[in-house]
Amino acid sequence: VSGVEAAFAAFALTSAVAAVFAVTSRQVVHAALWLVLSLGALAGVYLVLGGEVVALVQVLVYVGAVVVLVLFALMLTRAPIGVRRDLSLSTGRRRVAAVAGVAVAVLIAAPMLVAVGSSAVDTSGRGAAAGLGEAIFTGWVLPFELLSVLLLAALVAAIAVSRSQPGGGSR
Amino acid sequence: MIHLAGPVLLVAVLAGTGVYGLLARRNAVLVLIGAELLLGAAGVLFMMGSALPAGGLLALDEPARPGGAVDPLLSGQVATIMLITIAAAEIGLALAVVLLIFRVRATSDLTAVRELGESSPTYTDFDETLDPAGGRS
Repeated sequence: VSGVEAAFAAFALTSAVAAVFAVTSRQVVHAALWLVLSLGALAGVYLVLGGEVVALVQVLVYVGAVVVLVLFALMLTRAPIGVRRDLSLSTGRRRVAAVAGVAVAVLIAAPMLVAVGSSAVDTSGRGAAAGLGEAIFTGWVLPFELLSVLLLAALVAAIAVSRSQPGGGSR
Repeated sequence: MIHLAGPVLLVAVLAGTGVYGLLARRNAVLVLIGAELLLGAAGVLFMMGSALPAGGLLALDEPARPGGAVDPLLSGQVATIMLITIAAAEIGLALAVVLLIFRVRATSDLTAVRELGESSPTYTDFDETLDPAGGRS
């Protein structure tokens, strides 16, 4: 086992375990903090897979912005503090959800393991900022600009939704 | 060199937990956490695709050439960055909707919000739920 593979295994294991805790935790704030750990470890996974810039974007956007947004939403919806049993469905429905989750995992893992499971790739030297910037601003420039319009639209829509009053009219 | 079985298993576990979180949670914000995990799984898959040699899956079984061709457009990594951006836009908008539901219904429990119209039994007029101190403890 090479050093790269050991690093990948550590990051991947952290991310997977934290994800499981994030969806099963009985305290809302703990669930959000487990999400921080899971997405942060995912940045490490991206780094090992050769995406240095993508890993930085992941840390900036997810760990920096999205999780803060989630914590603010928890605060503004007056989420309960402490251990709560009513955050998830009843035991029977949770079992159905667990069966669905395991089924999705198996359906994804089985065909892909057959397809690529025995192969190995070289990930070094692919995610440098120079190459990625050149790719984005040459071949991908139109989708990239569309993406900025999408972000602007989402921002305006979020403001419009949160300011609108039911029963028509806005402040 | 890194074996591809690891990323594949990580994608499967993240997608499975994401689906479980989407289905099993009642609190709207916690449902969104499940959606984020699903999007993270998609990101790992894109990054794994980016690590493939030029030619994709077909080129996997050929012996590795030193200095072999790399996709100059880095499709997988650019797709991951766009995925992260779209996910950020999605969660911003989704949390605005959650906040609006909380203001109108005074709850973020999705099992209590069965209908979205004014005919819903849990619907209350906007002004009555404005006071932040009253209502729910």
